[in-house]
Amino acid sequence: MVNPINTPSTDISGQDNPGGLSGWLQPQKNRMFILMTLAAIAMFIPLVSNNYGLEIMTNVWFYVVLCLGLNIVVGYAGLLDLGYAAFFAVGAYTTGILTSQFGVNFWLTIPVAVCVSACAGFIIGGPTLRLRSDYLAIVTLGFGEIVRLIARNLEITGGASGLIGIERPTIFGFQLSQIVHFYYVFLILAILACFVSYRLQHSRLGRAWQYVREDEDAAEAMGINRVAVKLYAYVIGAIFGGVAGCFFAAKMTAISPETFMFQQSVLILLGVVLGGMGKIPGVIIGAFALVLFPEVFRDLGSMRMLVFAIVMLIIMLYRPEGIWPAKKS
Amino acid sequence: MSLLEVNNLALSFAGLHVIKALDFNVEEGSIASLIGPNGAGKTSIFNCLTGFYKPTAGEIVFNGKSITRRKPHKITRLGMARTFQNLRLFKSMTVLENVMSGMHCRSSAGPIGAIFRTDFQQKEEARINEFCETCLDFVGLLEAKDRVASNLAYGDQRRVEWARALATQPKLLLLDEPAAGLNHDEKQQLIELINRIRDQLNITIFLIEHDMGLVMKVSEKITVIDYGEKIAQGNAEEIQNNQKVIEAYLGKEEDEIV
Repeated sequence: MVNPINTPSTDISGQDNPGGLSGWLQPQKNRMFILMTLAAIAMFIPLVSNNYGLEIMTNVWFYVVLCLGLNIVVGYAGLLDLGYAAFFAVGAYTTGILTSQFGVNFWLTIPVAVCVSACAGFIIGGPTLRLRSDYLAIVTLGFGEIVRLIARNLEITGGASGLIGIERPTIFGFQLSQIVHFYYVFLILAILACFVSYRLQHSRLGRAWQYVREDEDAAEAMGINRVAVKLYAYVIGAIFGGVAGCFFAAKMTAISPETFMFQQSVLILLGVVLGGMGKIPGVIIGAFALVLFPEVFRDLGSMRMLVFAIVMLIIMLYRPEGIWPAKKS
Repeated sequence: MSLLEVNNLALSFAGLHVIKALDFNVEEGSIASLIGPNGAGKTSIFNCLTGFYKPTAGEIVFNGKSITRRKPHKITRLGMARTFQNLRLFKSMTVLENVMSGMHCRSSAGPIGAIFRTDFQQKEEARINEFCETCLDFVGLLEAKDRVASNLAYGDQRRVEWARALATQPKLLLLDEPAAGLNHDEKQQLIELINRIRDQLNITIFLIEHDMGLVMKVSEKITVIDYGEKIAQGNAEEIQNNQKVIEAYLGKEEDEIV
């Protein structure tokens, strides 16, 4: 597990170690301890929580997966994407169509959804690679709307009313039907997403994404094929969204185009930016904030979205790099 | 033998002729310079060589292969590395990570290898790490490897750029104004470094520079251009006594009367 290459944590020269909480977090041992504790807490939540709490926490894990997926595109590779819900829709509809209309086993739809969402990532990635920031954002926004409108108008996707009767998955003869089952499914997905994100971030490809984000021309001069590197970001990000979509469809048993509106894309992007782009713990915190805030302040009624907006404004004004601190040395 | 041969190179932007029918070559194993007054088209030539600009006409032959209109990353892979006139580091990344970018084109692990940390990927990462540390050691920056690049002093940031270029394992190294912004001591170190890169690593060097003292000291061959045309070529002494060069830099006598 311990990677000798990308652990500045093993450097005990002292001068570069930041103090405080993030300093304590640096050594690998402390980090593992924290992760294990957090995982244990997450495992035991269902024992103490009611169904309402579980529903919300399941939603949190679901958004963690989506935010981590978008983080690859926006955080690592620095490509602004305003249509991420499209990939999530592609995954959900692939599972929805295959199970409800063709009777395919849920688990078999996942590899199909991976392929289809990867293709969708490729399709959006290909023509937009020459574009930078603002233009890219507009094209991805358009793409997101196109996918939603296609879903709304095709017969196979159930049109505006969507798909119903999506089969609940069974595993070893055991059907996943209660919220607690899905809680664990999404928790596992979230852990998997963290793991994959971490490994990718600390790899040759992960570094290449960051080079392209920092300075595209310099990256190219150093021999990095920026087209290939960006396509990888889109495709891998799309796969995260697609897989999350599969399980979303299975949990809801019904999906409709209205689930994949522009607001959904914005919300996911919000989680990434709020927590801190390119930082896995930050993105997780962002996803938590996204789901928990409106629930915690439910008592405020219609005022709560206003309070949420104000809190976001304050965070962005005082911590433009996101809630999670940037690495410094 | 010429490592780099430029034949009849021309570049124009919407009717503005930046480079006109330029011919020159760089011998393998030499240290060559390209000089000229401001706006003569020196950096444009570098950008043509490295694939950032597409020349309007002419041919560039590198190591026996035509590289005209090839993509920059492919040219780097063929063995031509460059540094930039204005520092172009990956600012928020560490020094070592910066240098690792150079090894990208000499390695191949993809996402699957990264996720499963395959044997191949681990070995490759170890190889990247080791080679990049060697490069950092070569420019004397190994102790700073875990520091964030933008926190280094300007002179050290320049050295990160050189280490990064060396990490691409080039045959030819293009340096765009390597001495800009360096103090006297740092310039002396630069001269020594340039000689060491050529002598110990067998890398041919081609540089653009305004500091004539440095150019005359290190270069074996100097090409002078003005308004995108070659006006002279030769060793330091020949260039210093060349009438056209003196005119280009100091102006003609009639000009001064006007």
